[in-house]
Amino acid sequence: MTPRLRAEGLSLGYDHIPIIDDLDLDLVPGAITVIVGANASGKSTVLKGLSRLLKPEAGQVTLGGRNIAALPGKKVATVVGLLPQQPIAPEGITVADLVSRGRYPHQGWFRQWSSTDDAIVAQAMAATNTQQLAARRLEDLSGGQRQRVWIAMALAQDPEILLLDEPTTFLDVTHQIEVLDLLLERNREHGTTVVMVLHDLNLAARYADHLVVMRAGRIVANGTPTETLTAEIVRHAFDLEARIVSDPVCGAPMVVPIGRFHGRVPAA
Amino acid sequence: MWGAVRAGAAASVRPADAAPLARARAQRSRRSRSVVLVLLGALVIVAALSLAVGAYSLSVPDLLRTLTGQGSQSENFIVLSLRLPRLTLAVLVGVAFALSGALFQTVLRNPLASPDIIGVTGGASAAAVFGMLILGFGAVATSVAAFAGAIIVAGVIYLLAWRGGVVGYRFVLIGVGVAFMVQGLLGYLLSRATRNDAQGALLWLVGSVSGARWQDISAMAVVLLVLIPVIGVLSARLRALQLGDDLARSLGVGTERTRLVLLVIAVALAATATAAVGPLAFVAFVSAPIARRVLGTGGLALIPAALVGALIAAVADFTAQHLLPGQLELPAGIITGAIGAPYLLWLLATSNTTGKGA
Repeated sequence: MTPRLRAEGLSLGYDHIPIIDDLDLDLVPGAITVIVGANASGKSTVLKGLSRLLKPEAGQVTLGGRNIAALPGKKVATVVGLLPQQPIAPEGITVADLVSRGRYPHQGWFRQWSSTDDAIVAQAMAATNTQQLAARRLEDLSGGQRQRVWIAMALAQDPEILLLDEPTTFLDVTHQIEVLDLLLERNREHGTTVVMVLHDLNLAARYADHLVVMRAGRIVANGTPTETLTAEIVRHAFDLEARIVSDPVCGAPMVVPIGRFHGRVPAA
Repeated sequence: MWGAVRAGAAASVRPADAAPLARARAQRSRRSRSVVLVLLGALVIVAALSLAVGAYSLSVPDLLRTLTGQGSQSENFIVLSLRLPRLTLAVLVGVAFALSGALFQTVLRNPLASPDIIGVTGGASAAAVFGMLILGFGAVATSVAAFAGAIIVAGVIYLLAWRGGVVGYRFVLIGVGVAFMVQGLLGYLLSRATRNDAQGALLWLVGSVSGARWQDISAMAVVLLVLIPVIGVLSARLRALQLGDDLARSLGVGTERTRLVLLVIAVALAATATAAVGPLAFVAFVSAPIARRVLGTGGLALIPAALVGALIAAVADFTAQHLLPGQLELPAGIITGAIGAPYLLWLLATSNTTGKGA
């Protein structure tokens, strides 16, 4: 059973400038939770807090009921993995090498590389369809391939809870769908809890079991996409007038922005 | 709950999925093996030349005879007492400088972060010259002063760069500033010295392996023997650190602590080496980048870097002794400086256009 990751009264900030204030968030194990919000609403900061990258100024993050800050880092890393928005890699690194580095938390002082590590790395690459890229250099790949390789690395870490900060940024729409399908597949087949920040509200609504809408460091709505993506909440969180229709492909709510020049004419 | 290793994971990999990975791995290790072998071969050749060539030159059979303890008295003296200590020290400090530079550059993710650029070896020089000229230190005390100088300067840079954590570029900028201060201090000390004293102090400014003493060699060897296994153990963390602080931390690496430990090791290596031979300019700076470029795999390349460092130091000393016109014998540090300076210029000229760090 996957342990539960929770933020309890969590306040976060950089250099004592508060970003997140007294936030409670309960991430449902085995579900896909998507965090959306306007720029600078604190989405990425929450992800950093949940993955121990930022020390709470108040409150705590618990994993299976225990304060994550008091648990050994490597142990946490076998359960919770984070893919940052713009990870960096040394020049010339090969795909095989990069994905293999995801196994770090599973290795000890004396437990070095094993056939299990090999198998899990191979699996991660197969799941992301990157196995044929194994010998290539990361910098020679296209943006979509590169993102799949980074996700393969995160999967090689084999976390039960996978946090991703805008995994679809810089990708064209085809590759966005490809990456999100891959994460959905991982979630449905392995029960991996997925928590991600997305910009595209419609993709968020389609892939999320739970949607968290943020504004100015606070959660303004938390629930199923249908509950949370209402015209009123979108207006409040994004300062955007929009109509909500039903996604013809999957029935999820779809946000259609109005803007200044369209949609003012009464509907025919 | 910690899901140690999921049962059955190994069983569900199709051979077709595992094969490309295995091929990539094999290709990579073949490449590092051949790079290491070529570097070792080159090092053996340079070592043989350094031992055999000089005012009294030996043939290869003579050299082998002497090395196996069957040489004549004069051959024994020239090879074993004069040339061997010098070569050994050059190789050891080359390894130490190279590893120190590789650690600095990797931990701080900046190709300019090298003990010779950021004033760590300069601190050693200044302390040594201060000890020699002002306090009248002898050889051993001067080496101890050099070691202490490197440690102090590194500590000052670390503390000045600390803002709830150490960031590479801030460390480098403060280091470059400190390097200038240290150079100013050195200039002041030398301007106050008599010509004779200044001549002796000059060696601390450029670095030279001539006059290698066995106590320097054994000190350097002991430090390497202790620290190299530690670096080996920490290399997995270093590889995680290469992926940036966020990812490293999410992989479970205590980034600040790891960085501090690795920097302490790097400073100890540079300090010991500088205490033995002075600041052999640019060996720390160029070795790892050259090794990584030759290897081209994006790995840490610590072993190739160490071999490149040894090779540069040995070649520089051989060049300084024998290859310059007019029987001019220079300290090895002048040669390494001549190699390193163009690389520094190239790096400064290209790094901003590509936007890539170490």
